[in-house]
Amino acid sequence: MVESVVLWRRLVGAQVRAQLQYRVSFALDLTGAFLISFVDFLAVLVIFHNVPTLGTWNVHEVALLYALSTVSFAFTDLLVGHLDLFPQKIRDGNFDILLVRPRSTLYQVIASDFQLRRLGKAIQGTAVFVFALQGLQLHWTAGRVAMLVVTIPTAVVIFASVWVVGSCLSFWTTDGGEFTNAFTYGGTFLAQYPIDILAVWLRRFLAYIVPLAFVAYFPALYVLDKPDPLGLPTALEFAAPLVAVAAALVAGTAWRTAVRHYRSAGG
Amino acid sequence: MIEVERLSKQFVVRRGRVRRERVVVKAVREISFNVARGELLGYLGPNGAGKSTTIKMLTGILVPSSGRVSVAGLDPSRRRVELARRIGAMFGQRVQLWWDLPLADSFDLLRHIYRVPADRYRANLARFREVLELDPFLQTPVRQLSLGQRIRGELTAAMLHDPELLFLDEPTIGLDVVAKQRVREFLVDINRERGVTVLLTTHDLGDIERLCTRLLVIDRGTLIWDGGIAELRERYGSERTLVVDLEEPVPPLRIEGAEVERVEGPRQWLRFHGPAADLTARVAQEARLVDLQITEPDIEEIVRRIYSAGN
Repeated sequence: MVESVVLWRRLVGAQVRAQLQYRVSFALDLTGAFLISFVDFLAVLVIFHNVPTLGTWNVHEVALLYALSTVSFAFTDLLVGHLDLFPQKIRDGNFDILLVRPRSTLYQVIASDFQLRRLGKAIQGTAVFVFALQGLQLHWTAGRVAMLVVTIPTAVVIFASVWVVGSCLSFWTTDGGEFTNAFTYGGTFLAQYPIDILAVWLRRFLAYIVPLAFVAYFPALYVLDKPDPLGLPTALEFAAPLVAVAAALVAGTAWRTAVRHYRSAGG
Repeated sequence: MIEVERLSKQFVVRRGRVRRERVVVKAVREISFNVARGELLGYLGPNGAGKSTTIKMLTGILVPSSGRVSVAGLDPSRRRVELARRIGAMFGQRVQLWWDLPLADSFDLLRHIYRVPADRYRANLARFREVLELDPFLQTPVRQLSLGQRIRGELTAAMLHDPELLFLDEPTIGLDVVAKQRVREFLVDINRERGVTVLLTTHDLGDIERLCTRLLVIDRGTLIWDGGIAELRERYGSERTLVVDLEEPVPPLRIEGAEVERVEGPRQWLRFHGPAADLTARVAQEARLVDLQITEPDIEEIVRRIYSAGN
């Protein structure tokens, strides 16, 4: 385990060094990623410019949801976002190379094609986080701090699992990229807003099928000490780590099944 | 080292746009063979014959549809990771080195991926740097290497962890004569000095003749030859072609023991068995000879002949 982390740092470090050789290009990429996500948050501010609350949520509460979701997603994107490029590996048969090395294939995919520029989104998410906390003026209990500290890594695991399951599809379709994006990029978009404003079926989908409600919504209810407008059991507020473990297990199983169906490419 | 028994692989392909039809393609059909430790074995066949599919089942990339495979005592697809430590693989048309990193950095990463002990790594790298003359481009990013340089890098990468068995899929494809020669010398060297078992697929008859003592030939998924090269030539390659350039165009020559295959102006192609001297003398009696040339059947031609003999 420790050895795997050390190796990951080595592999990623080598790629980061190569990317930093083109400093100007890297700086532009990073700034671009930051600005695009900045405009994204402007959309939220525009909504609250016209309405005082969204359901029972005010602007700073939504900002907290937005920040939790965005920061977790940004770190997921940084850690496993290159799964987007993975269908290409399937199509051209370069996945073969990973299969003749003595490491887990998922590990190798995640440790290759690392893009440091994806950090730009995390910077923006952190800025929104500061905006939310400064507006909310929360009383900092140990429980709240612990919830926020646990939520980010938990949410990263949930997002990453959804991403991996989506990527498994490309073993069959050889190009399922866009379908996967609907759940990953589309999923964060939904997780940035309170789920009680969504239609009932979509809400259930997010709580029980693709568990993105655990990324920000339930943890935020606890931090804000807010009764669930939907009246769901309070226990769900603490269920995120369990959900994360379950999601990771599903993702692992899906990946192993998919690899056994790998058909390689000619030549 | 390798045991293969009635090994098959089939793919289900869907054809058509509207009414999708399921078609089962049998890439490999019930092939069986064994390879002993230390052999240097050629695996040959036309495009799409099932060569790569076989290698992929031997290395654990593809799961067989039926049959049994054992490589170094392991079932490749079930114990892929364990097997990966003991085998090396190089696919001429894939890149396993890191595209943007200097060659030396790729080697260093592979060393950690394979957990190669530091002393073994140093000794191996020193040896391969010398044999494959890597020093001039060791610090060059892989994307800037020529094909020949990159293949030498790939070979080193496949050998750094002291594999017992090396799989090479078209290692000399696209290389010039000098680079080919260097690769062949390297393969002979690791086979003799280190006792590495080598299985290589190729289209290049030169590779086979200079390297291998044993040959497997596959066509349309079926193994149609397993044996020595001399034997193969004797059995299927005894028919040669005499190409004669005559002073002027004449109708196809009628000569005993030969058959005219093609006529192109003053040039004619004659297929024949046995010694060429008699035939040449007879041709000279019939027409005024300017030049002549004898061609051996190439391996593709021999494979075609084996296949038609098999039918």
